[in-house]
Amino acid sequence: MSTTMKQEERAFETEMAVVGTGIAGVAASIFALNRGISVSLAGNTGSLAYTTGYLDLMGSFEKKNFAHVDDPWQAVAALAVEDPDHPLAAIDVADIKTAFTDFVAFISACGIAYTHPAEENLTAMSPVGTVKKTLCVPKTMMAGVTAYAEKSRCVIIDFRGLRGFSGAQIVANLGPDWPQLRHERITVPGMLHTEIYPEVLARTLEVPDNREVFAEAVKRVAGDAEAIGMPAVLGMHDPDKTRAELERLIGVPLFEIPTMPPSVPGIRLREMVEQYFPQKGVTLIPQQKVTKIALSDDAAVLHTADNYGPIRIVAKTVVLATGRFISGGLEAEVERIREPLLDLPVTQPETRDQWYRQQYMGRIGHDVHKAGIEVDGSFRPLAGTGKPAHERLFAAGILLAHQDWIRSRSGAGIAIATAYKAVEAAAQLLGK
Amino acid sequence: MTNDSHPEGGMETLTTRVLVIGGGATGTGIMRDLALRGIHAILIDKKDLCAGASGGNHGLLHSGARYVYSDPHSAKECREEGDLLKRLAPQCIEDTGGLFVAVKGDDESFIEKFPELCAAASIDCEKISVERARELEPCLSEDLIASYRVPDATIDPFRLALEQVNHARTINNSLYYSHTGVDRFEVENGRIVAAVCTDFAHDRNIRIVAEQYINASGAWAMNIARMAGCADVNVLYSKGTLLITNDRIAKMVINRLRPPGDGDILVPGGTVSVLGTTSVRTEQLENVRPTVAEVNLNIKEGSPMVPELANTRYIRAFSRIRPLVQSGDGGDDRDVARSFSLVDHEDQGLGNFCTITGGKLTTFRLMAEKTVDLVAARMGIDAPCKTKTEPLSYGKSSRWTEPGAAPRVWYKANNPDDYILCECEMVPQSAIDDIVDAPPEGEEVMTLEAIALRSRAGKGPCQGSFCSMRIASYLYDRGYYRDRSGLQHMKGFLNERFKGLRSIIWGQQMAQMELAEALHCGLLGLDQIDSEEVDNA
Repeated sequence: MSTTMKQEERAFETEMAVVGTGIAGVAASIFALNRGISVSLAGNTGSLAYTTGYLDLMGSFEKKNFAHVDDPWQAVAALAVEDPDHPLAAIDVADIKTAFTDFVAFISACGIAYTHPAEENLTAMSPVGTVKKTLCVPKTMMAGVTAYAEKSRCVIIDFRGLRGFSGAQIVANLGPDWPQLRHERITVPGMLHTEIYPEVLARTLEVPDNREVFAEAVKRVAGDAEAIGMPAVLGMHDPDKTRAELERLIGVPLFEIPTMPPSVPGIRLREMVEQYFPQKGVTLIPQQKVTKIALSDDAAVLHTADNYGPIRIVAKTVVLATGRFISGGLEAEVERIREPLLDLPVTQPETRDQWYRQQYMGRIGHDVHKAGIEVDGSFRPLAGTGKPAHERLFAAGILLAHQDWIRSRSGAGIAIATAYKAVEAAAQLLGK
Repeated sequence: MTNDSHPEGGMETLTTRVLVIGGGATGTGIMRDLALRGIHAILIDKKDLCAGASGGNHGLLHSGARYVYSDPHSAKECREEGDLLKRLAPQCIEDTGGLFVAVKGDDESFIEKFPELCAAASIDCEKISVERARELEPCLSEDLIASYRVPDATIDPFRLALEQVNHARTINNSLYYSHTGVDRFEVENGRIVAAVCTDFAHDRNIRIVAEQYINASGAWAMNIARMAGCADVNVLYSKGTLLITNDRIAKMVINRLRPPGDGDILVPGGTVSVLGTTSVRTEQLENVRPTVAEVNLNIKEGSPMVPELANTRYIRAFSRIRPLVQSGDGGDDRDVARSFSLVDHEDQGLGNFCTITGGKLTTFRLMAEKTVDLVAARMGIDAPCKTKTEPLSYGKSSRWTEPGAAPRVWYKANNPDDYILCECEMVPQSAIDDIVDAPPEGEEVMTLEAIALRSRAGKGPCQGSFCSMRIASYLYDRGYYRDRSGLQHMKGFLNERFKGLRSIIWGQQMAQMELAEALHCGLLGLDQIDSEEVDNA
């Protein structure tokens, strides 16, 4: 009964194969391009959509009782002494700064403008009316950072039919310290009795006519506001233009607040990668998982497949940026955590009983987050012997052990900085 | 019937004829039984309905077959009560039927005795071929060696408690106060004259004055009795841990045909199945949580009967304390008779206090009947028990605990402005409105936890990770929350749900948990909300 057509395996040759399409994999591809290294990027691009758009370097400092971090550069510099096993501890602050600068410059050039990394963290809003410390934000969110800092006259607008985002909630939580903050609810024109999905509304607002009626509805409740905040819906492919056009129509600076994941700022990043990376010269194999990597003295051979059949990538170097449990870079069996692609040793607590503390949201994080793979000074994963698993294999991102990206608010920072160093080491091997 | 507040030393006093302590199946059953006999009552619980063993069991309406070996008397009671409840409270029951199955290696002499023991207790027990059993339930092991069909069913204890309280309120305005616990009794001349209570929700004390006081506090019965100076209640604490699967694995109740042991019952509950239980003697009554070892034991013992239990996804584990009435010093707690105990405390010098404890969910009605018989006689009220004949009421806002009820009502109403807030269980805004506006038992302070208890919200695979945010924002929209308390409730709710997650996080559940934590801590900063100000200083 099999009707499967005989599909020819296609093969690519590349200097660097990046496995994993989260921030670490995207960053590694960018740094490879910047160094003139030919690069292929493969993975299931799903996890990018779950990012918030905020790029954190370090928002809380674990070794100081998770205190808020205002100066993230000082905090990462302190890791060498305070937390020497942390993956960022071995990286020069200057390198981290370069990595961030290069990363945001590249994605800004791809149509999603970001703020440049500053000397201090920004304080940005969450959808429930809390704030967080982060290093770079999309420019569509920057007016909110300014409004919060200045406590200026500001209105948060929410939409009838959009669940999980309440202006009243944000004002109830931030209002005590921000007397000039108020909220308004609008009905999105043409969307009276429908549930509103941010992704759909964002695409709707890319159409000029839709923007005009939307701007009218916003203007009616704007009052004397100096800034207007709303859920992140300001366009999908050219958010800066969508925002600029709406600001021109409304006459007040606008800003976005991230919504529940998968949210528009995350989806924008995913679509940006899929649209622009091939144009920039990346061999992109999106929405597919790499199923096997065979390493030999001469090359690494990666196996994957897409709708047209099996694909073989022959690469001189591999950067493993497969993430943790959400994206499958780590797997939790009943009693043991493993790295499924190469079966690299995973540093981890002895038993499952030690993975999580009793209290879910205590200030202190759970030991399971510190589990991960070990790397040497060149970001080569270590085999059981304590030696690098292979000279062509590098690793980057939150797959690495000895960090808690969740409690430290450092996911993007670890991804970008370790990708930078992994690519740097790979470049050396490649003689680039 | 209730005299409203008249301050006495600054403390509000409530007056009723009977104070019932403990909002489990029995306490709420007593409240309804009293109301049906025309007697006004106040029911209090230091937490909320079904916070003890009533809310932490399989939800199994026993045919009695489980007890034919160890406790034939209880077996017969279960059979009679099960028949009665299926007729009178069908809205709380799914008549699934049950199987008793044995696998290779199970004790054959026990298997042989089973049908005659069932017959002795008048329990229908039909021997069926193992092929037929596997047709009925394809999840059963290929190593089956015997199978019997029995009239087991499932019961939703939350719905039951809500309906009983609602019914009592409708009949004679009997009242339920959640988050209200007894601190001490005022005793004069061999009678309790008042219970001094703490109302935790409003952080105040209240006095409750009644003619009769009923201790239906389950595992806490010994503590409450001692507050009244009674040393004649001895309860053993047996901790049981159960697991909830992501999918419903079997249509019927599946019991292992062997002397009661760990992990030997798998009970369907709407869209999921419940596996359990372990049994460990403990001294600890508060903060009981499932351990990794108990979870592993349930799975190890359950999988010979239903092999996929070894690989299936679990979404939650939970533990509660069963109150066992002490009689001698048995070995395994499952051998301690599961019959109930009604203590009149008269030899302790009190004439208006009694304690009902032990027993099991299936026999709650009988326990209530016997208790109210005693209390009514003491009050000189000659009204017969009506819970044997009167159907349970059907309350509009009690209906949301039933799996599948929310999407059914939502779909039928077809209101485009009624959005789904909990996507796993399809709970819409209108259900939350119903519960907040007209809580079936008059709950005043409606937290996320209280809403979850009265609906299916947070009971699906995401365990409230996402719907808690949607429900909280909806309650802010409605003006129900006006300050940071909504976020604190959300954090409290998620911390509470985590107690049931911690021991079952592996496989897919690990990815789910990581995503949830990244949202709750990384984006929303809920891990830091209580001490933010301190950190900024």
